[in-house]
Amino acid sequence: MFSKAYSASVNGIDGMIVSVEADVSDGLPMFDLVGYLGSEVREARERVRISLKNSGYHLPPKRITVNLSPADIRKEGTAFDLPIAIAILTAFGYIPQKNLAHTLFIGELSLNGDINKVNGVLPIVYTALKQGFTRCIIPAGNVKEGAVVQEMDVYGVSCLKDVIEFLNNDSLLEPYFLDMDELFSNHRGKEDIDFSDVTGQELAKRAIEVGASGMHNILMVGPPGAGKTMLAKRIPTIMPELSFEESLEISKIYSVSGLLDNNQSLILKRPFRSPHHTITSTALTGGGRTPMPGEISLAHLGVLFLDEFPEFNRNTIEILRQPLEENEITITRLQGTFRYPANCMLVAAMNPCSCGHYPNRNKCNCSPNQVKRYLGKISRPLLDRIDICIETLQVNYKDLEEKKVTETSKDIRARVMKAREVQMSRYCNENFNYNSQLTPKSISKYCKLGKKEQILIEKAFTKMNLSARAYHRILKVARTIADLENADDISIKHLSEAICYRSLDKKYWEE
Amino acid sequence: MKNKEYWFWLCNIHNIGLKKIQAILDLYETPERAFHESEKGLECLNILTDADRLMIRKSKDSAKIQENYAKVLDKGIYFVTKEDSEYPDKLRNIYNPPHALYVRGNLPKNQIGSIAVIGARNCSEYGREVSKYIASELAKAGLQVISGLARGIDGYAHQGALAVEGSTYGVLGCGIDICYPVENFLLYMDMQKEGGVISEYGIGVNPNAGNFPMRNRIISGMSDGILVIEAKEKSGSLITVDLGLEQGKNIYALPGRINDRLSTGCNNLIKMGAKLVTEPKDILEDFFLNYEKFEMDTKKNDKLLETHEKMVYDSLSFYPKHMNEIAGETNFCIYELSEILLSLELKNYIKQVRKNYYVCIP
Repeated sequence: MFSKAYSASVNGIDGMIVSVEADVSDGLPMFDLVGYLGSEVREARERVRISLKNSGYHLPPKRITVNLSPADIRKEGTAFDLPIAIAILTAFGYIPQKNLAHTLFIGELSLNGDINKVNGVLPIVYTALKQGFTRCIIPAGNVKEGAVVQEMDVYGVSCLKDVIEFLNNDSLLEPYFLDMDELFSNHRGKEDIDFSDVTGQELAKRAIEVGASGMHNILMVGPPGAGKTMLAKRIPTIMPELSFEESLEISKIYSVSGLLDNNQSLILKRPFRSPHHTITSTALTGGGRTPMPGEISLAHLGVLFLDEFPEFNRNTIEILRQPLEENEITITRLQGTFRYPANCMLVAAMNPCSCGHYPNRNKCNCSPNQVKRYLGKISRPLLDRIDICIETLQVNYKDLEEKKVTETSKDIRARVMKAREVQMSRYCNENFNYNSQLTPKSISKYCKLGKKEQILIEKAFTKMNLSARAYHRILKVARTIADLENADDISIKHLSEAICYRSLDKKYWEE
Repeated sequence: MKNKEYWFWLCNIHNIGLKKIQAILDLYETPERAFHESEKGLECLNILTDADRLMIRKSKDSAKIQENYAKVLDKGIYFVTKEDSEYPDKLRNIYNPPHALYVRGNLPKNQIGSIAVIGARNCSEYGREVSKYIASELAKAGLQVISGLARGIDGYAHQGALAVEGSTYGVLGCGIDICYPVENFLLYMDMQKEGGVISEYGIGVNPNAGNFPMRNRIISGMSDGILVIEAKEKSGSLITVDLGLEQGKNIYALPGRINDRLSTGCNNLIKMGAKLVTEPKDILEDFFLNYEKFEMDTKKNDKLLETHEKMVYDSLSFYPKHMNEIAGETNFCIYELSEILLSLELKNYIKQVRKNYYVCIP
């Protein structure tokens, strides 16, 4: 007898529906699995057979064939255990075929019939909804994650027997309900770190505010202990709160990577990722035999912080160039092409020299050449993608002692949100949202300068020996600074400030 | 062979240095006689070893000497011996003057005052600005600026003098045709126009560590005064100062804060009696008796500045100051400050020496 159940696998950060067909016929007793399977899926044969036995279902000695369709796409992961078991049981007549209609199954079986957690539930359930399924049966460990898709009836199950009883209408199982409003409101305003924790560093704080408003990448240069890491960690607290759509997008990535905790349904905080400088290029950008999102995707809509920037492997860093430009990363493997979103704000931090104390000559004994060589480790093309660069100063005792009133993240966030709204409404007809994404062509459209401003930038251009790229970056940053004040036109003061944040040009590397 | 070629021979025998040459000259008076005398005569010189005598005998190949000497001239290098009138008079008076010098460009003029500006290689931004400034002011006043064409203060002093098209001389611790360090190549070329590059060592001699203290005696010997910009407690610049003191030169030193390691050497010099220098005038008044026309302010006339700009300008000095510090002192917020700083920078009143660090331009 033939039967069919539906399941899904993950492709990139989207789900792909897979139908699991089972057929039982006469012949030599055997159990065959076909359909371009990875070794985890092939091993499902043993898991399914034994867990069925241990759940109390007797399989008569028949020739069982299971096919996973579409049969030309490679299938990986253990989520097919449950649908295979269900399809076989249906083929043997334990469950009527009509009860499987519009139902999607995912779950890994253990030998005693329990159902274990799998990765990538959120994107799968989301795809199932779009494909017209009405209920999803998923492992109990993933139910909070799956229940995020509100329009779908999501059932969490913990053993095979429960599933069969439920499908045969022998027991009643309620779809899991997740109160989204409560989830979001519980989280709001609950940050354990705040910008007011950082004393001094007015320049860096202001630069970060500008950076967060226009999603400009930032480079901070400064001695150890200047608070670079502290500042970077607080950047997500001044970015706008995540909307549901954003949260869903980030959660999908985390779901695929298996980084969602048991009792976590959505990622509610903006991501802050700070990989160690020994990271490999695959871990940074994603990849592997079965492609997985890398750190740059895990930092999607948040902050990717690269501390000790020059210490990173040069090849690793070079790979960031394309995703930083296109806000997504494409990984091509034999099995296919995978796209992961990678729209993050890059924040890099570095010391000014190898000992870290230059220009403080009492502590630093590096020769000018050593300093130059250290700074030269950063690749120029990548530097070209960094709009804002600032040097931070060591905090002195006076600053620590003096209890100045410093702004909280909440105050700054309010300004950042306003600036972002201005950008959103300006770019409503474009395919980008932030000033940092302006192309040279759109710069001339959106960053028009008055006469006085043109004279200023011309003077600065010749005096400071700026490059064309630097010129464009200054205009982009000036646009953001103007947006922070909700000003229509870029004025002298906006330009001056932007020039002050301009990226390290070659001139400063030399004398 | 010509007289100069005999000198060239004597100065280029392997392992025969200053003292041995002097001993040979004491014996034979001229290099020409030394060349033609048999080795027998040399045996009475205890300072020479058997190997040295062998070397001397081997080196007496007049065709090769002439060829090598022609090579030197071909490269545009002058060979100046103690006997020549161009040889700097000041150098004749020191304890162990070099027997001959290789020169590209010119030699310092005897009748014009010259000052050595020296200091640490790993200098601070402050040292860089001050050495450029003082060297340029001294060169503007007509002094010849002498230094060692090394990294750090030496190079900046040359740069400062060249910026006002003054004459500046670099004394090398390696062969005359080698530019060490390489990054000073532009300086090496530029200074040959008005000034010159000088070395005791011939073509292809590597910059060995031992050559540099010897070079220092030429720097101090050719100058009338020595200005030390930045020096640590134990610094090569202090060797030059010691040599200068032996040669009876004036010593000038730039004072520094007591906890700056790079100023310890200078402060110690001042303690021992070196003249404290806070402005170019302090040096110039020793060189020019009626020193008045050089009178100048260390700071530019700031009457043309707006009040805000003046506040910011007044808070700046030669010590690089970070924007945070300026903001703290003047109570401007960062975005106001950046506007003022840019306007001052474009007006040439201040300069950004490093990302977000500013100094004033005198």
